[in-house]
Amino acid sequence: MNPESKQALIDYLITMADDELILGHRNSEWCGHAPILEEDIAFANIALDEIGHAIVWYELAADLQGEEREAYANHMVYFRDVRDYRNTQLVELPKGDWAFTMLRQYLFDQFEMMRLEKLAQSSYAPFAEAATKIRTEEIYHLRHTQAWARRLGLGTEESHRRMQAALNDLWPYALALCEPSNRAELLTQGGYIPDSRALKTAWLEQVTAYLGEVGLAIPTDSSNLPLSRTHHTEHLGQLLSDLQQVARLDPMAKW
Amino acid sequence: MYGATVEPIEDIRTDAEKLAGFEARIARGEKIEPGDWMPDEYRRQLIRMISQHAHSEVVGMLPEGAFITRAPNLRRKLILIAKVQDEAGHGQYLYHAAETLGATREEMLDALLSGKAKYSSIFNYPTLSWADMGAIGWLVDGAAILNQTMLARCSYGPYARAMVRICAEENFHRRQGQDIVITLALGTPEQKAMMQDSINRWWWPTLMMFGPHDTDSSNSAVLIRWGIKTKTNDELRQAFVDQTAPELMALGLTIPDPDLHYDAATEHWHFGEINWDEFWNVVKGNGPCNAERMTARRQAHEDGLWVREAMAAYTEKYQS
Repeated sequence: MNPESKQALIDYLITMADDELILGHRNSEWCGHAPILEEDIAFANIALDEIGHAIVWYELAADLQGEEREAYANHMVYFRDVRDYRNTQLVELPKGDWAFTMLRQYLFDQFEMMRLEKLAQSSYAPFAEAATKIRTEEIYHLRHTQAWARRLGLGTEESHRRMQAALNDLWPYALALCEPSNRAELLTQGGYIPDSRALKTAWLEQVTAYLGEVGLAIPTDSSNLPLSRTHHTEHLGQLLSDLQQVARLDPMAKW
Repeated sequence: MYGATVEPIEDIRTDAEKLAGFEARIARGEKIEPGDWMPDEYRRQLIRMISQHAHSEVVGMLPEGAFITRAPNLRRKLILIAKVQDEAGHGQYLYHAAETLGATREEMLDALLSGKAKYSSIFNYPTLSWADMGAIGWLVDGAAILNQTMLARCSYGPYARAMVRICAEENFHRRQGQDIVITLALGTPEQKAMMQDSINRWWWPTLMMFGPHDTDSSNSAVLIRWGIKTKTNDELRQAFVDQTAPELMALGLTIPDPDLHYDAATEHWHFGEINWDEFWNVVKGNGPCNAERMTARRQAHEDGLWVREAMAAYTEKYQS
């Protein structure tokens, strides 16, 4: 792998890791506050998986740089500031209500699932191996969030109203998932990652069909949000001050 | 027996005979199972204890759950999420155990949210620092394990079996707590101070977890007679102090009890008198976080109402 591709791949892995980390963080906020006890269990598990996946991607990025895995992952999570995070704004938005949380997770899971299927064939073997493994967990996430989208979309008038409102709010942010990262074309040409345009088309088709099936309509008048991963909302700073608070009390200490 | 229809045989014994038979079974060490005859008071005491235990797991998610987002490294974070998730699982398991006695989840939750049912008072104390994750794991879960190990031998089958499974997981919780305490106690001066402060705050409330003195415990006698409890509150409390005090001291931590010392004659650690005014005050709902914990539970319940309604409506429309 040439140095340019290598750097592009590291950047790509970090976007994936940051998305999973921040989404996992938001999901973990439900722990103890879910609408039913069974979801305290199930959704905590999804949070745990997402953070676990983030660690896998950080560690692959560490390997590419010859860094020590655990130290690198912890450094990336606890000692970067807002400007260095490369997650989409979608995942940093506050957790909202159960409709917002579930729909965001569904949109993410559907994208993640389709991307992992392609990444399982990546020409970078460690990437392909990790994607294959993660995919088995992601199948359960997608089943879970699809079922919730269906229940809430078709449940009561109120649940439908909340789901449609959540979709209207989330949609412009969700589109950012499909935005190509830095020098993505180079990586696609090398067979490392799937083509982002093709992925976007497939994802759009899938979510439009499924959400339609559960009574929800994709908003047509989406605002023009900056989709770049270098743009963040104010929420990310607040999230990081919570996430990093204890670790930064004494950066040299072992916890 | 497969495929055969078994007609229930009418039990024509008098209540006194049934009670004698029931107590004889307990004396023989047999387990009482859901369909078996049992005195109303046995059923009532068990529903009270098991649901209280379930509520404690559910409310207990809050003080530690508050530190999930702040865990200081990724390993600790994963462990803490898994731990709090286990607590939800224990709550679910215990609610099911109480359901075998005829209580419903709705009734039990109503009792919790209306303030009628109690939960462990320990969760009415605030978590103020990361060190509290260590103290809760080691002290609070450690104390709970002593109680639960006893309950794993209790006379009611479903509760005993639930406890066997829960204890296995609680032992992991205790170990992760101990690992945090050791790391901080042997860490930087600031970490050590943080840990000491945490021990100062959690030591006495943990001793209170075992409940009032045997002489003041209104339920103890009947619970022991029917094999629900096999040890008294004071016996368990002493076992906890004997086990934990020397281990904490070995780490250079100070236990906030000037009367604490090893008594060679009794071969036990002697400890000072618990502040029972504080104990009863917290039990009665006036602890530092009673209102906060109940507000959080009620909020989750109210915020989840539309979700539960949607689930029911969906099932009604599409799956019935």
